[in-house]
Amino acid sequence: MSTDQHINESILNDEIREHQKENRTDHMAYLPDMENIGSEMLEQVLTETAAYDYDAFTADDVRHALRQERKSLRDFQALLSPAALPFLEEIAQQAQAETQKYFGNSVSMFTPVYIANYCENYCIYCGFNCHNRIRRAQLNPEEIRREFAAVAKTGLKEVLILTGESRKKSTVEYIGEAVKIAREYFRVIGLEVYPMNSDEYAYLHKCGADYVTVFQETYNPDKYETLHLAGHKRVFPYRFHAQERALMGGMRGVGLAALLGLDDFRKDAFATGMHAYLLQKKYPHAEIAFSCPRLCPIINNDKINPMDVHEAQLLQVVCAYRLFMPFAGITISSRECARVRDNLVQIAATKISAGVSTGIGEHGEEVQDKGDEQFEISDGRTVDEVYHALTDHHLQPVMADYIYV
Amino acid sequence: MNTEKDIWKLGNHEFTSRFILGSGKYSLELIQVAVENAGAQIVTMALRRANEGGLANILDYIPENVTILPNTSGARNAEEAVRIARLAREVCGSEFIKIEIMRDSRYLLPDNYETVKATEILAKEGFVVMPYMYPDLNVARDMADAGAACIMPLGAPIGSNKGLCTKEFIQILIDEIDLPIIVDAGIGRPSQACEAMEMGAAAVMANTAIASSGDVKAMAGAMGQAVQAGRTAYLAGLGQTRTRGGSASSPLTGYLRD
Repeated sequence: MSTDQHINESILNDEIREHQKENRTDHMAYLPDMENIGSEMLEQVLTETAAYDYDAFTADDVRHALRQERKSLRDFQALLSPAALPFLEEIAQQAQAETQKYFGNSVSMFTPVYIANYCENYCIYCGFNCHNRIRRAQLNPEEIRREFAAVAKTGLKEVLILTGESRKKSTVEYIGEAVKIAREYFRVIGLEVYPMNSDEYAYLHKCGADYVTVFQETYNPDKYETLHLAGHKRVFPYRFHAQERALMGGMRGVGLAALLGLDDFRKDAFATGMHAYLLQKKYPHAEIAFSCPRLCPIINNDKINPMDVHEAQLLQVVCAYRLFMPFAGITISSRECARVRDNLVQIAATKISAGVSTGIGEHGEEVQDKGDEQFEISDGRTVDEVYHALTDHHLQPVMADYIYV
Repeated sequence: MNTEKDIWKLGNHEFTSRFILGSGKYSLELIQVAVENAGAQIVTMALRRANEGGLANILDYIPENVTILPNTSGARNAEEAVRIARLAREVCGSEFIKIEIMRDSRYLLPDNYETVKATEILAKEGFVVMPYMYPDLNVARDMADAGAACIMPLGAPIGSNKGLCTKEFIQILIDEIDLPIIVDAGIGRPSQACEAMEMGAAAVMANTAIASSGDVKAMAGAMGQAVQAGRTAYLAGLGQTRTRGGSASSPLTGYLRD
């Protein structure tokens, strides 16, 4: 199977196949009102990613990479290549040492809070996409407050606010009001919402948000086009430059991710790392964080796909991020099971969610008409349980690691 | 020599221990035992880690008999550092403040320029200002003029455990600046802490060296002992080092007869 044809077939159905045949808008063209910051970063990332031939790397390249104190882009490529898999134990040990050097045994805890699930995008793999007939909901300020109050009771001091991606339903002002309420309960507030212009990020920073996470999903524009059939999200470059616009708007840090397994995960992981590297170079003060979501391979699938991201490949990617950018945060999602998460935080991950619900209004008990979940979680442990799992592994849970000034 | 009377001062506060313990990067419940084993009287703490009344609040783990030295880590400029310092005074009830200003998330190198600005503002507000800086003599003089209580030059990039990479420049500060020089960042092993003290540093600070060791308690103790040994050696006066060979009795003046 060639890389170009690879698709995780579990996400396709007849309706999607029909849509894929239709003529669709140019995914590389900005829509009116989308700020174009004219960065060269996109071209650099796409060029290097296209040229990345991971099969060309050998065991010697991996050994060379492991010997380097500072890993170059080429070393990063070697560490992501299939040739690195036999070295996974050694790589993990080096990653663990780097993590300890920069973070000690500290692991930050947070939880995502979904305040809406309206979405205008048609991303064929996502539970929230606008064609899915799920229960939609949006919390009003009073309900948001109840949610935050319920989360705050668990002891958490950091939240990630999510809305789904509907500018019309979840306006910038709506998100801003949610952030202001969150400030009353939490020390650190992240946003995972639709990409917006730098002045809008500046407004949300003023409201109290600290950092912005945007998943590019895949850095392959051609594959991106076939997966994101409609909506603002279809515009690939606008999404790519979201982190830079967030930093221009004054955000302290940004998070990046490819949804590993959507396309060729090695190339996507490389592109994510290079994107982060270029952002840090241009904005040296910026705090950078990786998330590592993956589409889990289907168990008992008779088509063994070399592009599948099994646990070993996930570990390889996480360690490669760590060794390439030792100072960057790495967040491990509750899509992964407790066993995988508990091990990854001992090796390279530095942030873990707990008490997670991806539905709308599920933290506060009194909210009615809850909206449906974006995806099923694999680690449903409470804050208390995750806290103690960390301390049992001699890790130090960190509830707050930032002062908003 | 009576080391019990070997007192040093920060502002109006007197200390006998010359080892300052960091508190990040290792489990909070180990802080007390590390303090005790190292004989530390000062513990640094990132204010951003304080979680008053909440879970994993670092303030709950610092023993009452030690001086808390809050730092401004997370600040990217003087203005942010000043605001964090003022918050720290409220939260910790302490006038001590270690200024950390970084504009680089990769190397975490201190921004000397912004640090001078913050030092000046905070010293005027009555803080005991302890600026963490790159060892630059001119800037160190500016820090002293701005009211710093000490100078905290880095030995190597923070967290690197690389030791006294900036040794020559730290020595210049020790020789020229009439304030305590506290070597901060980079000290990776007890021998390096000892060496800094032999050079005449007033104190040494370490965190990662202890946090990343196999045994926090034991390494804290080793650091404390090394600092003490280095201080004792400094006070005793080090023997001269020969650059080559043995010591000829009088190689240049042996010809003199009267």
